[in-house]
Amino acid sequence: MLTIKNLTANVDSKEILRGVDLDVKAGEVHAIMGPNGSGKSTLAHILSGRDGYEVTGGEILYKGQDLLRLETEERAQQGIFLAMQYPVELPGVNNMTFLRESMNAIRRSRHEAEIDAVSFMKLVREKAASVKFDQKLLKRSVNAGFSGGEKKRNEILQMAMLEPYLAILDETDSGLDIDALRTVADGVNLLRSPERSMIVVTHYQRLLEYIEPDHVHVLAGGRIIRSGGKELALELEAKGYGWLLEEAAA
Amino acid sequence: MGLPNIEMENFVETEYAQGFVTEIESDTLPPGLDEAVVRTISERKGEPPWMLEKRLTAYRHWLTMREPNWAEVKHPPINFQDISYYSSPKKKPVLDDLDQVDPELLATYEKLGIPIEEQKALAGVAVDAVFDSVSVATTFRESLAEAGVIFCSMSEAIREYPELVEQYLGSVVPHKDNFFAALNSAVFSDGTFVFIPKDVKCPMELSTYFRINEANTGQFERTLIIAEERSHVSYLEGCTAPMRDENQLHAAVVELVALEDARIKYSTVQNWYPGDNEGRGGIYNFVTKRGDCRGNRSHISWTQVETGSAVTWKYPSCILRGKDTVGEFYSVAVTKGMQQADTGTKMIHIGENSRSTIVSKGISAMHGSNAYRGLVRVAAKAENARNHTQCDSLLIGDRCAAHTFPYIEVKNPTAQVEHEATTSKVSEDQLYYCRQRGLSEEDAVSMIINGFCKEVFNELPMEFAVEAQKLLAVSLEGAVG
Repeated sequence: MLTIKNLTANVDSKEILRGVDLDVKAGEVHAIMGPNGSGKSTLAHILSGRDGYEVTGGEILYKGQDLLRLETEERAQQGIFLAMQYPVELPGVNNMTFLRESMNAIRRSRHEAEIDAVSFMKLVREKAASVKFDQKLLKRSVNAGFSGGEKKRNEILQMAMLEPYLAILDETDSGLDIDALRTVADGVNLLRSPERSMIVVTHYQRLLEYIEPDHVHVLAGGRIIRSGGKELALELEAKGYGWLLEEAAA
Repeated sequence: MGLPNIEMENFVETEYAQGFVTEIESDTLPPGLDEAVVRTISERKGEPPWMLEKRLTAYRHWLTMREPNWAEVKHPPINFQDISYYSSPKKKPVLDDLDQVDPELLATYEKLGIPIEEQKALAGVAVDAVFDSVSVATTFRESLAEAGVIFCSMSEAIREYPELVEQYLGSVVPHKDNFFAALNSAVFSDGTFVFIPKDVKCPMELSTYFRINEANTGQFERTLIIAEERSHVSYLEGCTAPMRDENQLHAAVVELVALEDARIKYSTVQNWYPGDNEGRGGIYNFVTKRGDCRGNRSHISWTQVETGSAVTWKYPSCILRGKDTVGEFYSVAVTKGMQQADTGTKMIHIGENSRSTIVSKGISAMHGSNAYRGLVRVAAKAENARNHTQCDSLLIGDRCAAHTFPYIEVKNPTAQVEHEATTSKVSEDQLYYCRQRGLSEEDAVSMIINGFCKEVFNELPMEFAVEAQKLLAVSLEGAVG
């Protein structure tokens, strides 16, 4: 699904990623953990194609093609979804309109027929219920005046609607109380499938109690300094990042 | 709502059809303005003596006035002696075939979904006999006549219904009102006259579209709409297609009169040539529009979508004279390139319990400058007057400007006047978010803009609203980034 080879990248001429390697196969869930400022969010935004991130070396292959050559929207159309740490408000843009335009833009890019209004309504109600998203919020402007938890659930709803091949969750757990965390995690687990890969970026092990990863990676100082199974997350929870950083420095 | 997914060229840099030359017909007066010119205009149009008197009075008053300079716009001085004040309204088509029209202009028509025959009319191409707009217009006029509605050109009204014109013309916008109104009153070329008799709900939306052959009424257009007691009318003016015009100065006057329990809804889409990216050659649109809610419980609503012209100076207003009258103003004004707009409204509360609503949405992109100027005046007699003003500005890029000049004058302590204003920007974060969900930047901008303008579009008649959405999308293409 996704292969990252020796990726280096700058933000504002400052080197943030210093040679990242990662291999994600279809159906796998990878957790990327690490201290603040280690480059986790940078990696997420580079994968989704945000402007302002300068890739200085290495390559990213997504489904066998050079990802870095694609525009942001082309990546989305080809099945990359980023659940954002800070979902953006779009005042005046109706949530359902947004979802439908987004779905149809993706469908058009694949030369598929646009979804009709009736099927769309049915689908959105179904999906909203499955991720416990308040139906009333569907009629409001995108994220405008939503609580932190509502915004994150809206991200999960969008993910459920758009059915990406590669979903990246950037600190989706940040700012959530335990109940909201659980519903978000349930939503994510519902979407696990053999065709779908996920990268879960998180600072804390907490989210991984609910979303069980196949692989855990520790990103620090712009490199992946340790990879392991889910037990690595537990080890980090118990011991913190310090020992790993010391080992890496040694 | 479907968003356009076609790859669209950069409309902002679209060069307009340049180099059109209109054959000078013998029926065109040489440039210049004096009393003789005013007399000639009146004479050529076969007007009665009272009309000539009105024109002359206006002309003499105009001579004593100075061009206003308070608007938040800049343009070179206008030489009023350089303008020709009369040319035959029936101009010969300039071109024989659409192939001769600037392909960029045609591409814009395509994007807006303008039917081919209408494209020809707009671009100044000879129209086929197939497109018999005269017969279309005739059909409509017959069904209107059955209802007792008069819908005709101003020239025709002066000839056929002189008593109505004499009674109402200038009764809402007197010639002394302002410099451009005085000029218009002296030299107006033609325009539209609408009369809805008592108790009649006009059976259809009245649109200048039905008068497309007569649409070339020149630069000094005069419109008068009279709605008698308990009548209703909705009038649509303008066209989403960029219209070619050799006249740089447009100084129109629109007067609306609503008698007891009458309702007038006046919708405008204005997309005159805005000039090139340096602002050269665009239309100066200096318009005086005013509605008089003369009768109790009468209701006048202005809705405008302004995307064209180099300089716009326009304040559709309501005089809420009767008791329980309602005035509304819904506006979207877009300025891009070097466009400048100073637009807004005046709500003059005189009657008791009069209410007014103002919703103004200004969008500025590139070097565009957009000013909202609004006056809410509550006279001493206007017990329990209420006004709510919502004034929002949206900026695209960092070289544009938005200004807000609200004037509030309240002379009655029972008045409730509210003013809300916001300024926001289409942010990089918003565009990134939309693009991450698969939308192109153009679609994202158009979705955000439509969201911003929704309250105003909701006021437009259905078909117009769809066109207006498309127009905004096309207008703001390439304005981001």
